[in-house]
Amino acid sequence: MSIATTQKKGFGAVLWDYLTTVDHKKIGNMYIAAGAFFFLIGGLEALIIRIQLIKPENDFISAGLYNEMITMHGTTMIFFAATPILIGFMNAIMPLQIGARDVAFPFLNSLGFWLFFFGGVLLNLSWIFGGGAPDAGWTSYAPLSLQSPGHGVDFYVMGLQLSGAGTLMGGINFIVTIVTMRAPGMTYMRMPLFTWTTFVTSILILFAFPALTVGLFLLMFDRMFGSAFFDVALGGNAIIWQHLFWIFGHPEVYILILPAFGIFSEIIPAFSKKRLFGYTSMVFATFLIAFLGFMVWAHHMFTVGLGPVANAIFAVATMAIAVPTGIKIFNWLATMWGGSITINSAMLWALAFIPSFTIGGMTGVMLGAASADYQYHDTYFVVAHFHYVIVGGVVFGIFAATHYWYPKMFGRILHEGLGKLSFWLFFIGFHLTFFIQHFLGLMGMPRRYWVFLENQGLDTGNLISTIGAFLMGLGTIVVLINVVYTAVKGKKVSGDPWDARTLEWAIPSPPPEYNFKQLPLVRGLDPLWIEKTEGKGKMTPAEPVVDIHMPNGSIYPFIMTIGFFIASIGFIFQVDNNVWLLAVYFGMALALGTMVVRSLKDDHGYHIHKEDLEREAD
Amino acid sequence: MSQDHSLNPETMPHDPSKATTEGKHKFLGLWFFLGGETVLFACFFGTFIALRNSTAGGPTSQELFGLELVFLMTVLLLTSSLTSVYAIYHMKNNDFKKMQLWFGITALLGIGFLACELYEFAHYITEYGFTFRSSAFGSAFYTLVGFHGGHVIFGLSWLIALMVRNAKRGLNLYNAPKYNTFSLYWHFIDVVWVFIFTVVYLMGAVS
Repeated sequence: MSIATTQKKGFGAVLWDYLTTVDHKKIGNMYIAAGAFFFLIGGLEALIIRIQLIKPENDFISAGLYNEMITMHGTTMIFFAATPILIGFMNAIMPLQIGARDVAFPFLNSLGFWLFFFGGVLLNLSWIFGGGAPDAGWTSYAPLSLQSPGHGVDFYVMGLQLSGAGTLMGGINFIVTIVTMRAPGMTYMRMPLFTWTTFVTSILILFAFPALTVGLFLLMFDRMFGSAFFDVALGGNAIIWQHLFWIFGHPEVYILILPAFGIFSEIIPAFSKKRLFGYTSMVFATFLIAFLGFMVWAHHMFTVGLGPVANAIFAVATMAIAVPTGIKIFNWLATMWGGSITINSAMLWALAFIPSFTIGGMTGVMLGAASADYQYHDTYFVVAHFHYVIVGGVVFGIFAATHYWYPKMFGRILHEGLGKLSFWLFFIGFHLTFFIQHFLGLMGMPRRYWVFLENQGLDTGNLISTIGAFLMGLGTIVVLINVVYTAVKGKKVSGDPWDARTLEWAIPSPPPEYNFKQLPLVRGLDPLWIEKTEGKGKMTPAEPVVDIHMPNGSIYPFIMTIGFFIASIGFIFQVDNNVWLLAVYFGMALALGTMVVRSLKDDHGYHIHKEDLEREAD
Repeated sequence: MSQDHSLNPETMPHDPSKATTEGKHKFLGLWFFLGGETVLFACFFGTFIALRNSTAGGPTSQELFGLELVFLMTVLLLTSSLTSVYAIYHMKNNDFKKMQLWFGITALLGIGFLACELYEFAHYITEYGFTFRSSAFGSAFYTLVGFHGGHVIFGLSWLIALMVRNAKRGLNLYNAPKYNTFSLYWHFIDVVWVFIFTVVYLMGAVS
């Protein structure tokens, strides 16, 4: 570590450092921290939902508040917890895996983070300033979302618009980074699977998020400026919202699950001491899932009445996704087959993922059968299905990644005992919560209902489900305790605590700001493992020690975001009073003005000199 | 750190806009951005096609659209795309003055296009009472065409800022990529207009 970074800095300096940083590792940490914060909020909302449903005709919260809870739980978990935490890991790890010193657009990276963060803040401010949170469901279907009173849905629109713009920037950034910044010898087919899934996910983000942007604009114009897109009286068509939302929404679930697939494809080989089985087919399957992911959005709309032909086409396309997913499942199993398996916390999450996710995939095929879907639609069967894939897939992936990469990111290793405890609490709680919901759904319990009647066979199931939810909450608290404990008293580790295979383990933990003093020469898949098996144990440099060009930090992304944030608030409240248009003008002027300044002021970055690099090595 | 990137004929790389790492990143990044923009406009087009006959008793596209003005607008915008090609040609020959001149013409043509569009909108609103709020067709029309117009405004501001900022210091490896990405963006706006001309105006006037 350099002398400068080991010096103690005051709180103000640290804060300023994080507000202005363009370092992908720090931005990754901020994504994960902010995502974890929203994850806790979304988790609390889930617990409140489950308490309301613990017994028949409960009156723990009112019907209106219940609608707000389910809306905020879904929206928060998808957009502000799962997505950003995964993007955080992509930021923190992907450049290290391809041997890059940063991402292609460090400034944009910072802007993307702040837009996401303030989007989440804006959404949650609706509790206080919106006259209630949004209550039209996380899908916010028109015309329900147009009829929703108060400003809740307006906060939903503007919050998602802000964070969506940020996510789009992140996607473009990762694509360009992977195309242009791979280390010498790192060909596409030598990239680790997590890098591959980051790449494919970014492509999905690029082509899926603009559909949401358009949908949100139409909803915004209808709610705030009196347009008639969804107003049937003036010739509008409410189904357009459903199409736009799901053209985005279905790829979004692959945006969530593909990085998780990538995470498991790193962890399973590392702890099986074998290279990933069927690497090429894994890459191919990832692309196939992404491609098919755009072809299936109408399976969310089977009961809308698109007709038997459309339903049949989308049903077949939906079931086809089971094929590449099945390829992946069998490849993971085959990777472990005959391997020398270490079972620790990270591996436990990976092992638990495979059967849990497979159950979710199986119910997915069931839901994909259009005629049967008329029975399942909007029941707890659907709720059980998507929690099996999103919790059993994505959240398990996030916990696995936390245990696997925490030592790389912070130089300390998470406590193994606490890790196992949190796993078992969460794993048992998860199945307790959601397995029974399949049967509740099949017995006719509709989703999004505030209460259910007693003696209809739903009482025990709901009680069990609520107990499970509390176990999951307990598991999450243990993870938090583990992180705090580790930050204070955790064991310090070397650069390669797992004896792992990929490039990120070839550098110190935590990595220096420039990542690689000399760019490494990559000689094959699992480059570090190749060097280990051939007796060298470390990467061969591909260049002499030279000056490293670094980007300057900047406060502009933060200021731009504040501008857009103020403008968003203005848009929401100008419906009540035109004075708020001033906030729109001021906010937009601030944001666009900062963009102009950024564009016109030259910023060449700086260099870390070769002499300093050589000194630091000692 | 001061870096002298200014160009002279000896050090002139083949393509100054892609000679630096940053330039390559910007070039590629803008292409991907345009990929996202394509989806954005595709969604607006889809919405428009779904709603173009939903006039709610108001004026229809046949009553509204006059192809003469739209033809003029098309000529202006397509020509501006061509002049930006000339500008980039001069950039690659390291002829800064001629580049600025052709970009200046591009900007003027863009402003001309925008003026026609504003006149067109004002005409519809005052003569026909055809507004953003009058029908679903109105909402879809003004949103699609307006978003395109917004892109033109953004592009013009971008171009003018670039030209003013670099007027005195000439071409270098730092600003060449900026001109180049602008030109790509401008072509994209042009392509979108070709689709608007076809889908909105031609199909609207005929059907």
